[in-house]
Parts: sequence; structure tokens; C-alpha cells
Amino acid sequence: MKLDHTLPLEYRSEENSNRIFGFWLFLGAEIVLFSTLFAVYLTLWNRTGSGPSGHEIFEIGPVMIETFVLLTSSFTIGLFINSMRQGLKKPAMVFFFITLLLGAVFLGVEIMEFVTYVNEGATLQRSAFLSSLFVLLGTHGAHVTLGLLWGIGLMIQIGREGFTLDTANKSFIFSLYWHFLDVVWIFIFSFVYLKGLM
Amino acid sequence: MKRKGLLLAVFSAFLVLLTGCNNLAVLNPKGPVAKTQSNVIIFSILVMALVLLVVYILYVYMLTKYRASKAAPDYEPPHMEGNKWLEITWITIPVIIVTILSVVTIRSTAAVEKVPEGYEDQKPLVIYAASSNWKWHFSYPEEGIETVNYVNFPTNRPVEFRLYAYGPISSFWIPQLGGQKYAMSDMVNKLNLVAEHAGSYMGKNSNFSGEGFAHMEFEALAMTSKDYEEWLDEVKTTAPKLTEQEFDSLLKESHVGRKSYSSTHLEFRPAPEGENAGHNHGGSEEMDMNSESGEMDHSEMDHSEMDHSEMNMDSTGTDDAGAADHSSHGN
Amino acid sequence: MKWDEFFVTGEPMIYGAMVSIVVASLAILIGLTYFKKWGYLWREWLTTVDHKRIGIMYIISALLMLFRGGVDALLMRAQLAMPENGLLDGQHYNEIFTTHGVIMILFMAMPFIIGLMNVVVPLQIGARDVAFPRLNAVSFWLFFAGAMLFNISFVIGGSPDAGWTAYFPLASLEFSPTVGNNYYSIAIQIAGIGTLMTGVNFIATILKMRAKGMTLMKMPMFTWSVLITCVIILFAFPVLTVALALMMFDRLFGSQFFTMANGGMDMLWANLFWVWGHPEVYIVILPAFGIYSEIISTFSRKNLYGYKSMVWSMVVISLLSFLVWAHHFYTMGHGVMVNGVFSVTTMAIAIPTGVKIFNWLFTMQKGRIEFTTPMLYSLAFIPIFTIGGVTGVMLAMASADYQYHNTMFLVAHFHYVLIPGTVFAVIAGFYYWFPKLFGFRLDERQGKRAFWWIIISFNVTFFPLFFLGLKGMTRRMYTYSESTGFGPLNLLASIGSVGLAIGFILLVYNIYWSFRYAPRDTTGDPWNARTLEWSTHSPVPEYNFAIEPTVKGLDPFWESKKGGHQLYEGKIEEIHMPNNSGQPFILGIIFFFFGFFMVFSWWVPAIIAGIGVVVMLAVRSFERDHGRHIPVKEILETEARLGGEQA
Repeated sequence: MKLDHTLPLEYRSEENSNRIFGFWLFLGAEIVLFSTLFAVYLTLWNRTGSGPSGHEIFEIGPVMIETFVLLTSSFTIGLFINSMRQGLKKPAMVFFFITLLLGAVFLGVEIMEFVTYVNEGATLQRSAFLSSLFVLLGTHGAHVTLGLLWGIGLMIQIGREGFTLDTANKSFIFSLYWHFLDVVWIFIFSFVYLKGLM
Repeated sequence: MKRKGLLLAVFSAFLVLLTGCNNLAVLNPKGPVAKTQSNVIIFSILVMALVLLVVYILYVYMLTKYRASKAAPDYEPPHMEGNKWLEITWITIPVIIVTILSVVTIRSTAAVEKVPEGYEDQKPLVIYAASSNWKWHFSYPEEGIETVNYVNFPTNRPVEFRLYAYGPISSFWIPQLGGQKYAMSDMVNKLNLVAEHAGSYMGKNSNFSGEGFAHMEFEALAMTSKDYEEWLDEVKTTAPKLTEQEFDSLLKESHVGRKSYSSTHLEFRPAPEGENAGHNHGGSEEMDMNSESGEMDHSEMDHSEMDHSEMNMDSTGTDDAGAADHSSHGN
Repeated sequence: MKWDEFFVTGEPMIYGAMVSIVVASLAILIGLTYFKKWGYLWREWLTTVDHKRIGIMYIISALLMLFRGGVDALLMRAQLAMPENGLLDGQHYNEIFTTHGVIMILFMAMPFIIGLMNVVVPLQIGARDVAFPRLNAVSFWLFFAGAMLFNISFVIGGSPDAGWTAYFPLASLEFSPTVGNNYYSIAIQIAGIGTLMTGVNFIATILKMRAKGMTLMKMPMFTWSVLITCVIILFAFPVLTVALALMMFDRLFGSQFFTMANGGMDMLWANLFWVWGHPEVYIVILPAFGIYSEIISTFSRKNLYGYKSMVWSMVVISLLSFLVWAHHFYTMGHGVMVNGVFSVTTMAIAIPTGVKIFNWLFTMQKGRIEFTTPMLYSLAFIPIFTIGGVTGVMLAMASADYQYHNTMFLVAHFHYVLIPGTVFAVIAGFYYWFPKLFGFRLDERQGKRAFWWIIISFNVTFFPLFFLGLKGMTRRMYTYSESTGFGPLNLLASIGSVGLAIGFILLVYNIYWSFRYAPRDTTGDPWNARTLEWSTHSPVPEYNFAIEPTVKGLDPFWESKKGGHQLYEGKIEEIHMPNNSGQPFILGIIFFFFGFFMVFSWWVPAIIAGIGVVVMLAVRSFERDHGRHIPVKEILETEARLGGEQA
């Protein structure tokens, strides 16, 4: 295998750099996916039928918690990559663990938020607005869930093998994914919650 | 050679098309709207025939002149890059053609959306046309009558069809009087037609709407105003009233024959316009477009565009909340 | 759900189909066991990650689907041959034209194109495989799972019946209560994920794995067309993913996206569908343009005329393809302004397309044109596709479209675009690259015979439809009365469709005959062609090139044949290749069952299958597979066996 030692570990083999490039392409597709969901949401957001509007159901408290933990987790995943580059396995693992923990908190709060909506009668079936809200938030939430599972698997692998060509590459790709989810959340925060609460 | 025979067949087919218009409903118009459309179609066929001709002449020339069987045994084709002037030619000429066609399109589209020229000062006859399952309901609110699966109207008077649907999207089409338009469940679309010749014309739903779609035809009968008045009187005096119960049972049926009533369903089941509209489609269409084009921009990873589509959302949002005025593209 | 609802019952034709499916499956199983081919099938095909074999599997599937979709088409033409014909009832006819459309576009044209992409692109750019070979296999098996899921719908549960466009509210649970449209939303979704992965894979392959010296503007035209196509896939398919997901939510979970009440918006579906749907047309047509460019250049014995403008015209087409979707519903009542804008953008596509047509014509100028079978298809494409193109411009004019919309005129137009634009191209590409894969050419005489049947019958079938449209015949009518006067032209079209069927049967016979009797080609370059794929052996060894080629210009193989520089310099070294894996195949099976359970809303099995998918992802994540190395000795042996002139 040809290795270029001037590059960081995650880019070092040709396979690795292809994977990172491929993942960027995949993220391009993900951007289109979420853009379409946003377009659907923004088309339907005031078509509430007989159901409640966003203004009636959104609560700022849980949303602030979600935003705070997710933004922080984006920071800690950055620290994780930084530690990895310096070859510090232990701090890296700690930062990774904190990231996943924050992700889990985010997911917990979001699930509670959904439960509250449903208890208030704001279900997926109630109106076009609510359908688009649940599907947009749900798609993001599903991405976070998948990210958690992926992250746990990755932590086990790093624990076993340390930072190798494989694990470093996977870790870097995971961090791209996690940052992306954070960016999507910023848009959700602005165009769903702030817009709805205003 | 077979290929030349094919070319000949294509051109003779075009000739048939241009001469045999009487058999082709679309090119045998009986009113000004269809007439405009027929003219546009014939014009575009002629322009396109010209384009085809150029391509075909070049094609036949290349194929006959440069076939291997004609070449000298040691002939070695040269290396050729593109030619700037040729490229400019075959970009400029199509641009001119497209520009001409664009002007024709926009002008004719504006013309067929309006009440046809020369009929603007007449008060149009308003007829609501609603599709349900595989039949058409025609309500004449001013005359207070309703028919099913046939529609009569006077010649030389603009008719404003207001289209909507109970159920799947259908498309209201009377080829000899003018092009079609969709009928949808949550809004009313307007279609202006005028018949200049008395006669019976085929009308149909052209948009696939399920099992009985193929039989979803109606008769559009253009009558002299005298005949029309007589028919009106006859319906008003002899036809029964349309009760809500009767209407509901009509809606449930797959197919019914012709029916006439001396009252309309609009009284108890208003059309989805004004305050009864599902939404303002005129406005929402703009909204669809903006959100979609906004999305195009995102797909190019330009996040700043998000704000842009957001603003559009807001402005159309107010439109929506305001009043639903559907006449914006009707008249 | 009762069992008599589970299986489609009451139709003799369906029973016949069920029996033949069972018999065919049994025959395959028994045959494999009898000839002891299970191991071979598993080792060499089901687990393969070799782009050439994956390409062949795509093409075989596409041919199968061509016949499924073709039988649908023949049934429709048989039903319409005469007025008031009683062969099919309305429901059955609706299911058939729906599956015809979906299968031909998504399960025939797409995989055929992707199959050729797989076979050709790595060879054309001098690479040993695609960037992500394992992912490539996953793409194929997801496509295959989706295709199979869609195809079983006509015996189990009923096929979708709302047209390939599945407009709402017609496709909603209220108006289409069978599971048919569940199949639509889920089967296409599964196949679509595979396609999206293909898009990612080939962009990475083309951008990162080209031979030394092959700059972007020295890439063969087919590779260029694939790159642009994959970019369109990347931006268009996620829209389809969302649209289908929303459809599934509406139908399975009672959400209100496209419903008639509670704020739902039926035309939102139409918008989303066509934002994907129109670029999709170019996804199947641009690679075809690439194929024609290769073939016309090869058999004119000349370089491609106007290479740069060919590339730029494709880029322009791909951008415009995203800006025209509303021309599919001019008649929904948006104003003159909106219709005007979309008319102009739509007509504008004619300009770059015209540039391509003229460049192909001028490629032949001063050439030495040889009429081989692939060249014949390419030459037939030009005049026929131009008819499709100019009628497209006519349809683009909004005011006139009010008269063409939903009629047979439109049907004639898109068959005139898609059949010469895509079907002829994939047949041409198949004939052209076949010897590269199998080491012999398909018989030319038989190929030409099939060609003339197909070309003439095509025109007999579809030209009358232009007139039927202008006479007022709408599409998707399962019957018409004699008084409409649609009878004679429909009969003519139906006769043409029989001719098309004969043409395709001749084509298949040609393949069969050539496998048995055609003389083997040992040169690796039977057409005297120009690009890198012809510089290696036929059939291609698994590592493609013993030594990675170095490229100096366009048409590198042609130049090297004419005494230019050596393509292969240096000595043979160990070659690193990926290992085969059964995981993609297993993942495909799990996805198939996941989709099937979702279609019938069997939640518990569906969740179990869903967990299965996650488990497969985890297995892959924990796997450490760094491939294997082919030793120099083995390479030398292979090269010697295959002719060895380049070693």
C-alpha cells in the first residue's frame, strides 16, 4: 500500500482519501435531502388544517437544551479529532464519550418533546403542518440515532485497535457526519422553532 | 435505400398532417381559443420541419459522401478539432429560433388565458364544472340549473368554466374549443372558451383518474342563443330539483347517464373558492416554485440562499392568509 | 389480511404467470443443483465485487426487465388494437401501464445504463476497479431487491395502478386502497438508494482514479457523460427519496402531505416528483449521448468533432434539467408568467442538444464510415431522436401544450426521445462492448436484421400516436368507442409493436447464436477503436491492466497504434485487489424482506428485518478486509494465456 506520510493518518492511504472524498459527496446528497424536507416544511407550515399551529405547541425550553447539547457535542467531536491527530488515545476516547452522551441527551429531550406534542393531540396524522414537522425532525433524529449506534461501534474499535489507518479514517468521517447533523439542527432551530415562535 | 424511404415517409406524413386537419380535432378549431392554439401548433410544426430538413440534408450528405465503401483504400481520415464559426452558427440560429418561439409562446399563452379578443365586453356565462369519480357535474349558478355529463351553451358568447374536482385531479378538455386545464379538489381553475360554430363537440377528462377514466366523456353542445334559451326554459320547468341527498348519491356512483336538474349543488356544497378554498393555489404555486428554486440553490450548497426562500415564504404566507382571489389568472 | 387478498386471484393470465414463475424458478434451482453450479454461482457472481461482473449482472437484469416491460407494452397494444376490446379490464390495464412505465424507466433503462457504466468506465480511465468496489456490489443488490419486490406485486397483493407518476390524490389510500402503491413507494425507494450510491461511487472513481496523464479534458466522452450523469443523480435522487418517503408516510402511517383535507397539498407531490423526474430523463439520456459519441467516432475513424463543446453542452443540459420541471403540468393553472418562464427554459435545452447533433454529424465529415451494427443504431438515433427533440420543443410551448397534454401526442414524443435516446444507445453499447467482455463479437448479419426490424417497427408503432393525440385520444385510456375514429391508427401501432417484439426476439437469438458459433476474437480490439478499454485483453482479466497505463492525449489507444507513445511503461508488479464478499447479497435479501413486510404493514417482521440491516452495517464496520495481492507470477501466466503482447 502506498502511504504518504506527510498527510494526517486519516488521509494517508489512497483508499482513505477516496473514502473521505466519497463521504463528502454523500453529504452533498444529504444536503439535498434535508433541503427538500425544508422546502416541504416551508410549503406546508401554515397549512394547519384543524390542528394546532407551531406557535401553539412549540416550547422554547426543551429546544434550547437540544440546541445547547448538540452544539456542545459538535465542539467535543472537534476536540476528539484534535486529540486523535496528536495520537492521544485516552483524551480522545473521553471526548468521544462526551459527544455520544450529549447526543443521547439530545435524543432523549427530543423524544420527550414528541411525546408532549402527541399528548397535546398534535400527531403526525392531524395536519399537513404536523406531518411535515414530524418528518423533518424525525429524519434528523433518526440520523442522530444512527450516529449514536455508529459512534458506539467506533469507540469499541478504537478501544481495541487504537488509532490505525482504519479507525482514524472512520473517526474523521464520523466527525464530518456529526458536524453535518449540527448544521442541519441550526437550520431546524431557525426555520422551524424561531419562525414558529415568532 | 430503406433509410431514404423512411425519410420520405416522414415527410409525407407531415404533409398528411398539414392537409388532413379536418380529421384532427385539435387542428379543426371551432372557437377562437382553439384557433389560436391550432395556429401556434401549425407554426411550430413548420419551423420544426425546417430544422428537421436541415439536419436530414446534412445527415444524408455525410452518410452518402463519406461511407467507407466509397473511400479510396488508403484513405486516412484527418484529425479535426471543432470549428469556431460553425459552432457559433449552430448556436446562434437555434437561439434565434428559440427566441421567436418564446415570444409566440408567451403571447399566445397570455391570449388563451384571457377572454378571447372581441368578446371582452360581453358578460361571460359562468358554468361550474366539477368531476367526481368518472362523471362531470355542470352547474349554472345564474340560471339555477345543473346537468350531468353534458353541457349546453350559446355560441358567440364567452363561457367561463370554473373547474374543480371531488377526488383525484382531472383535466377538463374540449379539444375543438380550446386546451385543457386541471380540476382539483382544493381550488377552482378558470377556463375561458367561446364556440363560434353551433355543434356537438367531444369533451372529456384527459387526466388519468382511476378505473372508469376511459369513459369519462361528456357532450359539449354549442347552440344558437335561441335554442339555448329554449333548452333553459325546458330544464327549468321539467327537471326536478337537485337535493343534497340526490347529489350525495350521484357522487358515490361510478358512472351515470345524462341528468338535468332545476337547481344546483353549489347552494349546499359550494365550490372550493373564496373562503371555501383549501388554499390559494395561485399564490401557493408561486410558493412551490420559490421553495423549489430555493432548494436548487441549497443543493449547490449555498446556505445563504436559505434566507432568500424564507423571505418568499413569508410574503406568500401573507397572501395565503389574506384573501383567496382566484381570478388573478382567470381574466 | 386474508389469503385470497394476498395473492392476486381471478385472472387466468395472472394464474398463468404464477405457474410460469414457479416452473421457471424450479427449473433454475434444479438446473443449478444438477450441474453442481451452486458454488460457482456463489463464488463468481453473487459475492463478486468486480465491476465487470457487476456490470454484466446489471445488464442481464435489465434485459429481463426489458422483456417484462415489453410484455406489458404488448398487452396494452393488444388491448388498444380494436375499439371496445375486451382483452383487459380497466383495473388490469391501469396496473399494466403503471408497471410498464416504472419498469422501463427505473428497472430497465437505469440498470442497463449503470451496467454499461460499470463495465466501461474503469476500463476507459485505466483504473483497476471503482473507488468503492464493495459499495458497488451493495448498489447492485439493492437495485435487484427493489426490482424483484416491484415485480412480485402483480402476483402478490396487486400492482400499483396510479400511473408511473403516481399523482395524488389518486395514489392515496382513499382512491388506491390495494397495496400496489405501497410497492411503488418502497420498491423504488430501495432501488433508488442503490442508484444514489452508484452516483457517489462513480464520481469518486472518475475524479480520483484516472490514469496518469488523463486530465479532465482528456477523458473519453462516455466517461464525461457518466460523470455529469452521476452529479445529476447526486442532486436529483434525494428528492425522490423524500417524495417516496412522504408517500409511504401518507399511505402507511396516515400523515397528511398530499391528502385532500387537513392542509394536504396534492400538487406538492407533482412538484417533488418532477423535480426528480425531469433530471431523471437526462440521467438515462446523457450516458447514451456518451455511447453514441464513442461509437460514431470509432466507426468514422475520426476523433470526435468539437470535443469541448460536447462537454459544455452536457454541462448546460444538466443545469437546465433542474429548471424545467413545471412543464409537466402547465395545465394546473399557474399564470402566464410561470408557464412562460418554464417554456423558455425548456426550449433552451434544445440549443445544447442541437450542438451535440451537429457535432456528431460533423464527426462523420471526411470520415470513413463503416456500417457496423452499433454504428447503425447510432446513425438511426440521429434522425429519429431529432423528431423526438423537435416535438419536445412543440410541447414546451405552453399554449399549445394545453392541447397536447395527457394525449397520445405526448406518449409519441417521449417514446421518440427515450427509445432512440436510451434503448438504441444501450443496444449499440451492448454490441460495441460485448467483445470486450466475452471475447467475441455478436454476429453482424443477424444483428443488422434485428436492427431493421426494430427501427422500422418502432416508427410504425409510435408515429401514428402523434396523429392519435391530435385527434384527441388521451393516454391511459383502456378502451375507446368506434365512433371516435381512433381505430385504424391504433391497429397500425399495434401491428408495429408486434414487429418490435420480433426485432427483440431476433436480437436475443443473435446473442444465443453468437455464444455458440461466433468466431473468437484474440486481438482485444475487434473494432479498431480509440480508447483505453480496447488496449487490454478480451475478455478483460480481473485486474484490467497488468501495468497501469500512462496517457498523453485524447484517444490514447488510437495514438499509440499510430505510432505514438507507449501506453504501458514499467514492469509488472503485485496488484492489490479487493476480496469478494457475500455481505452485499445478504444485505439485498434483508432489504427485500424488509420492503415486503413494510408493503403489507407487518410491523414485527419489518422491525426484525430493519434490525438485520443495522446488524449488517455493524458487521461491515467491524470487519478488517484489506483485500489481497495478485503475485507477479500469476499475472505473467494470465497475460501469457490471454495473448500477452503488452507484458
